[in-house]
Amino acid sequence: MSRVLEVENLRVTFPGPNGSRVAAVDGVSFVLHRGETLALVGESGCGKSLTSLSLLRLVPAPGRIEPESRIRLGNTSVLLLEGDALREIRGRRIGMIFQDPMTSLDPVFKVGDQIAEGILAHFSISKREARERSVALLKEVGIPDPAARADAYPHQLSGGMRQRVMIAIALAAEPEILIADEPTTALDVTVQAQILEVLDRLRAQRGMAVLLITHDLGIVAGRADRVAVMYAGEIVEEAPTTSLFARPSHPYTKGLFASIPRLSGPVSRLNPIPGTVPPASAWPSGCRFRPRCPYAFERCVEEPALLPVAPEHRGRCWLLDPASAGRERLKGTN
Amino acid sequence: MSQALNGGPLLTVTDLVKHYAAGGLFSRPGPPVRAVDGVSFEIARGETLGLVGESGCGKSTVGRTILRLQEPTSGSTVFDGVDVFALGRVELRRLRRRMQIVFQDPYGSLNPRMRIGDAVAEGIEIHRLATRSEIPKRVAGLLEEVGLDPGYARRYPHEFSGGQRQRIGIARALAVEPSFVVCDEPVSALDVSVQAQVLNLLVDLQRRRGLSYLFIAHDLAVVRQVAHRVAVMYLGRIVETGPIEALLNTPRHPYTVALLSAVPEPDPAGQKQRIVLPGDPPSPSAPPSGCPFHPRCFHPAKSDRCRTDLPLLRPVGSSQVACHYAETTPSTPAPLAR
Repeated sequence: MSRVLEVENLRVTFPGPNGSRVAAVDGVSFVLHRGETLALVGESGCGKSLTSLSLLRLVPAPGRIEPESRIRLGNTSVLLLEGDALREIRGRRIGMIFQDPMTSLDPVFKVGDQIAEGILAHFSISKREARERSVALLKEVGIPDPAARADAYPHQLSGGMRQRVMIAIALAAEPEILIADEPTTALDVTVQAQILEVLDRLRAQRGMAVLLITHDLGIVAGRADRVAVMYAGEIVEEAPTTSLFARPSHPYTKGLFASIPRLSGPVSRLNPIPGTVPPASAWPSGCRFRPRCPYAFERCVEEPALLPVAPEHRGRCWLLDPASAGRERLKGTN
Repeated sequence: MSQALNGGPLLTVTDLVKHYAAGGLFSRPGPPVRAVDGVSFEIARGETLGLVGESGCGKSTVGRTILRLQEPTSGSTVFDGVDVFALGRVELRRLRRRMQIVFQDPYGSLNPRMRIGDAVAEGIEIHRLATRSEIPKRVAGLLEEVGLDPGYARRYPHEFSGGQRQRIGIARALAVEPSFVVCDEPVSALDVSVQAQVLNLLVDLQRRRGLSYLFIAHDLAVVRQVAHRVAVMYLGRIVETGPIEALLNTPRHPYTVALLSAVPEPDPAGQKQRIVLPGDPPSPSAPPSGCPFHPRCFHPAKSDRCRTDLPLLRPVGSSQVACHYAETTPSTPAPLAR
């Protein structure tokens, strides 16, 4: 599989007390291959959305991508781009859809014109051709009667339809990568199923790479090839989806799994992670999960590296170091 | 005499209807929005009924109407022998001490300028449940009961995380010692690990205080953690109701089957066949004739009757189902809508 995107040591900082900088994303590295779906999973404030915004250089001020970070899109260094060259990336090579389609669509323009606008910005074709292409895109994302719907305003469409329009806009420039940031969180489950089907079909047909940002491990299970779990600005575990679900290895990942209510199997009391995620300014040194971790031991005051669990499966936890064998039993398992 | 003391239900809702006038100010009035269109259910003491459905199905309107936060169009609600819809303002206020609500967005329901201790104490003062000198101790006890440090009483809402705010909202509801609480999507806005903490708390409080809950949610897996029975709503009506496990194991209404199949299960090995329902739910101001679900239904026995006759809830197995062909509903979905 060919690599389309490589992120290395991404750090995003915000101003902290006394002129310091607080890192909200701290040393994140991953690669994205053509035609695959990589899920970036984590809870609010873990840095998953900032990571995705960094790829488009859309980190809101006063946030800043630190100079040691590297983002390579094919042969292009995204962090070195300026002006037109940067605009060439946004939308054209990397498309993006957000959680709330209503705030991303312009309420006073017909949806067909909004799709055509994107096409005209990136391709030199006539307005009529752009219009034809936007109707074809609406059809491709599964909107019934696309020619008529192209003349609708956003408020005339349901939430699911609006999200389809957003996908059509993102696809208009035929991007190599689609970032989907919580694309179905605001939608009902039956509509969510429709949207995920559409995304999956388009990924397969177009060979696009999808970076799926989500908090929902249920969605990950059905849709992603690989998963990276984020906690407190770091990737704490990364693995092929089946391997992660078969053998969650970081205590945080285990805690997430124990917190999910399920539809099948016996109903038992949920076993949540105690406490809450601290704000970025209060992340502890060493292992950042240490204060909430049931297995924490002396060594956790040192920053753990990503250690191997299985092929292509790594976790940022000292328990995975053979030198700590037997530790887990000492502290008790849950 | 109170019915509940005789072992009857604590809450009985019969034929509840809530229609909203549509149009108005700048346009001609249109047909009313039939948000709730004839809903009936009972809740026993210490029991949780889950009310499930997708946005716009009317589930939140049911919760608000039985508390008279909104006035009903018709129907009746009897709480512990008292006809809620017949009460005057003073009596209603007295009853509200026993019927409380917890909202989805705890931030929106807390006054940002009020210390959380005062917010929790408000109900105690209004209903004169304690003397002024006793109040701080009561508040401390309540905060402790919902898992917060009693020392937090002097802080303001913005100093808390979403999960902590929801705990404050729960403490506030419990302050007046209710016997019934409407929980309106109480964990939908929370991260999964925090959601689990709050669900456990609600279950513990029910055991300790013998509370009854109407638990409104869109997520069946969440409802399963807390509910004894469940009612599934579609377009203002209950289409299926029964004991939670029976309903999950053998769903009888095609909509319930579709809803269950759409829930993404966190298990890559156990990926089920999804029914992707065609289209969106119809507008509640122009519900389809006959069965409201018929335009999207995949039941192989679907017939002309579904287009003309409204199916009523009737017993099928251990559930009540509003489908003409409930006996033959395929529980493993046929791959229809692709």
